[in-house]
Amino acid sequence: MAQEHKLEIFQGLLKFKSNTQKIWGVLIFLSFITGVEVVLGIYKPEILMVQVLGMKGLNWIFIILTLVKAYYIAWDFMHLRDEKPALRRVIVWTGVFLISYLMFVLLQEGGYIESVFRNGFVKNTF
Amino acid sequence: METTVETTGKEGKSWGGGNEPLRSSYGKMMMWFFIVSDALTFSGFLAAYGFSRFKFIESWPIADEVFTHVPFFHGSYPMIYVAFMTFILIMSSVTMVLAVDAGHHLNKTKVTWYMFFTIIGGIIFVGSQAWEWNTFIKGEYGAVQTKGGNILQFGKYTTVDDKETFQRVAVADFAQVVKTERVVHERKNGLWYETGAPMPKFTVNEVLEGLKANPEVLVRTQILTEEGHKTVLSRDESIKQITDNGKQVVHGANLHVNEYGAPIFADFFFFITGFHGFHVFSGIVINIIVFFNVILGTYEKRRSYEMVEKVGLYWHFVDLVWVFVFTFFYLV
Repeated sequence: MAQEHKLEIFQGLLKFKSNTQKIWGVLIFLSFITGVEVVLGIYKPEILMVQVLGMKGLNWIFIILTLVKAYYIAWDFMHLRDEKPALRRVIVWTGVFLISYLMFVLLQEGGYIESVFRNGFVKNTF
Repeated sequence: METTVETTGKEGKSWGGGNEPLRSSYGKMMMWFFIVSDALTFSGFLAAYGFSRFKFIESWPIADEVFTHVPFFHGSYPMIYVAFMTFILIMSSVTMVLAVDAGHHLNKTKVTWYMFFTIIGGIIFVGSQAWEWNTFIKGEYGAVQTKGGNILQFGKYTTVDDKETFQRVAVADFAQVVKTERVVHERKNGLWYETGAPMPKFTVNEVLEGLKANPEVLVRTQILTEEGHKTVLSRDESIKQITDNGKQVVHGANLHVNEYGAPIFADFFFFITGFHGFHVFSGIVINIIVFFNVILGTYEKRRSYEMVEKVGLYWHFVDLVWVFVFTFFYLV
């Protein structure tokens, strides 16, 4: 792999002097996000409990923060940022396409079965 | 005479052969292929978890009420311990990436130390995982399972800071001892060398008698209300439910019963965190092998620490998966 590292994160907003510094910077950022998640998870602010697109707003925030964390782990810890774009795309697009497809199909089906339990003639309250 | 066999019009082209178009060695490519396929395996598991959860969306256990323990501390601290575990794993990811960085500078001492810290972090994580499993298997309050497989839990209303809250009560705290005829079948009686199942700690009848004797104890079902709390039954309803539907008293969780709610929740918890824990375990083993190779100077002789980088990719992947497991089991 290339010895040179791309040292800026946040679209070039933050540029580090060395690779080691960048690693610690990313650690601070990831810990911060985990901290936010834990605080939100413990206090569960009322304002975020509204339903957005079939799920609680808070859950969407958790999922988005998780994807942000995943991005920085893959890009900086796994050095995807320094790889050739072609390799990066092979890895990321394959996963993103197949996983979102699978998630959609299974969650849709789960929701349908739930509606059968609720509206149909299946009794499970005994 | 220049255009002979050797020039085929492919010079300077990335995919013409003889070079690495993605500028990544064979070993690293294979590690990436493995990681992508393993990521699909894990997302299959998590999608199946999501399927079951959406199927039982109205009665799914609330994670905050299930994982509330911290070693050496009493009381309820939801999230704290998992947050600690997450931090440990991210930390060991950082020492791993620092080891890779030191490897690029061919700094053997630094690689050795960072690999060492990574292994320690991994061991702490797996230990925490084992503790978490142990707490989950042992359970806390106990509950009654109905004929339909639903779970009935117990609790009472208490006033804390002028606010009426529902506090859970352990089965052992109110169940009354009732004399029963049943004894454990021992191998010396009847059918030889066959031992019967051990007696349950409490029978449904004992729970029922205890419920009748303690007027403040109420039954809580799994059904979630509009506000996302579990439904608490009235006094009459509580006694009726236990009398009509109570089948057995359950303590803790295993693959068949689960005092916290749907048994499938426990199944998925054991399966997914177990599979992840197994990945961490094998990661530690591979890390230890590489660690000794670093000490022996194998990579120093090769003038390349790429093996550290490859095992590093695997280790970060394990961290990446945990980030998702953390979200979907403990947060969402």
